[in-house]
Amino acid sequence: MRTRETKIIQSIAHVILILITFMIIMPFVLLFMSSITEENTLIRNGYSFFPEVISMESYAYIFREGAKIFRAYGVTILVTAIGTLLNTALSSTLAYGLSIKNLPFKRVVSFFVLFTMLFNGGLVPSYLMWTGTFEITNTIWALIVPNYMLSAMNVFLIRTYYVTSIPDALYEAAEIDGASTFGVFRNIVLPLGKPILITMGLFAGLGYWNDWTNGLYYLRGISGEKLYSIQNLLNRMISQIQFLSQNSSAASTISGEAAKVPATGVRMAIAFVAILPILCIYPFLQKYFQEGIAMGAVKG
Amino acid sequence: MSDVTMLNVHKKYKGSKLAALKRWGPVYIMMAPGLIYLFINNYIPMAGIVSAFKKIDFNLGIWGSPWIGLKNFKFLFATDDAFIITRNTLLYNLAFIFINMICGIFVAILITEIRNKVAKKIYQSMILVPFLMSMVILSYIVYAFFSGENGFINNTILPLFGNTEGISWYSEPKYWPFIIVIVNTWKGVGYGCLIYIATINGIDKSLYEAASLDGAGRLKQIRYILLPCLKGTVITLTLLSVGRIFYSDFGLFYQVTQNAGQLLRTTNVIDTYVYRALITSGSIGMSAAAGFYQSVVGFCLVLISNLIVRKIDADSALF
Repeated sequence: MRTRETKIIQSIAHVILILITFMIIMPFVLLFMSSITEENTLIRNGYSFFPEVISMESYAYIFREGAKIFRAYGVTILVTAIGTLLNTALSSTLAYGLSIKNLPFKRVVSFFVLFTMLFNGGLVPSYLMWTGTFEITNTIWALIVPNYMLSAMNVFLIRTYYVTSIPDALYEAAEIDGASTFGVFRNIVLPLGKPILITMGLFAGLGYWNDWTNGLYYLRGISGEKLYSIQNLLNRMISQIQFLSQNSSAASTISGEAAKVPATGVRMAIAFVAILPILCIYPFLQKYFQEGIAMGAVKG
Repeated sequence: MSDVTMLNVHKKYKGSKLAALKRWGPVYIMMAPGLIYLFINNYIPMAGIVSAFKKIDFNLGIWGSPWIGLKNFKFLFATDDAFIITRNTLLYNLAFIFINMICGIFVAILITEIRNKVAKKIYQSMILVPFLMSMVILSYIVYAFFSGENGFINNTILPLFGNTEGISWYSEPKYWPFIIVIVNTWKGVGYGCLIYIATINGIDKSLYEAASLDGAGRLKQIRYILLPCLKGTVITLTLLSVGRIFYSDFGLFYQVTQNAGQLLRTTNVIDTYVYRALITSGSIGMSAAAGFYQSVVGFCLVLISNLIVRKIDADSALF
């Protein structure tokens, strides 16, 4: 009786989960199928799971004409690499200090970090500060520095990891050996904290790879366009489409501009190219992502 | 041995202020970059919140601009916008909290019930994939489904029901509460689900065994053991989300709706309003006032919800 109930539950759970998996995959399939649909078929039948005529023209177009796209891809890779490195450096050192038991003024410093999670000044003062005081508009730093270089939540998660998984005896031994503070950090904290730093680094990297807000706020005009990340480029293309569809009269006057908007299929191809690296590395790193979420990690 | 070490350490570092500086100085130097970053990125803008009470002039900056008292707020609350953005922000967040909780728990239970290890791992991995996508990508996916001319729904689904005209989704506000909630669930369910799975895996197995000996089937075990054990996590997560109820995912409301003007009635939230007022319409005073309103009410809500969380489960509270 009980085993029969178990069997029924197993089958039902499988059926529902397969359905859910299906619902998760389908949108990506539609994105991909759209990118390999022949352009005229696309215009006639719309985006579809089973295109009548398949064509790799969109991808060929990206390779042929895609200087802008490759550039944006390069910017994304550069920003993600530098940003992740800076983020990991800042959080691991700050967390190290906070993990030391008898650090003077520790409560004050902890509160200083914590308070940033409770209260924030909002977009207007940040915008005025970054554009006015620091003048980061249209520099590569605009994509790296604001907001994503440190997350207080992740600092606390790293600190907790240091406290719980690095034994005090190691610090004491190092102290007897006369190791410097930086020596202790490099030879004990970094190696032993590697799992948490990889996890938090991944979330920071994901934040940078996916970020389009900094580009939206701080990149302006033609010189800003040169620094577009792949997300900014996608964002720009879709807002151009929106602009054209809402201003059909404007479409005729700026036909030159309209011609620059890549055709329907190419857009989907670029979007697919943008998510491909994530889809490729995720299977190998999923353990870290899942553990990070169970701990409460946040992006960026 | 260790007593002697302690003594030495004590002698070495607690001796004088100079010794303390020598011991802790390097630690603070290491922490400095992070602390300076937080000071610039977070604390200066906090002070800049006074911009809501000023007539901001870009050339004079926040500090040089003249004070104008509550004028910005008077303008903001004189419009319908203040009501609409507050209503939308709150209602969407309530829907998200409720639906993500139900879906998250449901999927978490299903996944933890699965005995086949390989299948379980696959489900658990798949559910998180949408979380890894940016809102820009989501806006492309939504566009592939809902585009008026080329969308999958207008071209393939609606004709099945005899509607060949199609619906111009991006100019009909009434559909968007549903679309946005679906998109948010699709993206967010994996995140919550994994947190619930962690809690479920932490439940003491002997509870199930005892129940099983008493003749309780799997469903009854779920009802009387698993669900009650999730209560703490549910309450904590919900309260923490309630603390964030005045904030919303800017991308979800800006990108996924493609910033379409006709949809604002049902898609404008505080975050999108602040951005549009600042960048698009240039009414920086209103933007600053709305930002101030969000920060202050948001702060109170975070404080209150955290105080409650601390009473229930001190480990999960932010402070």
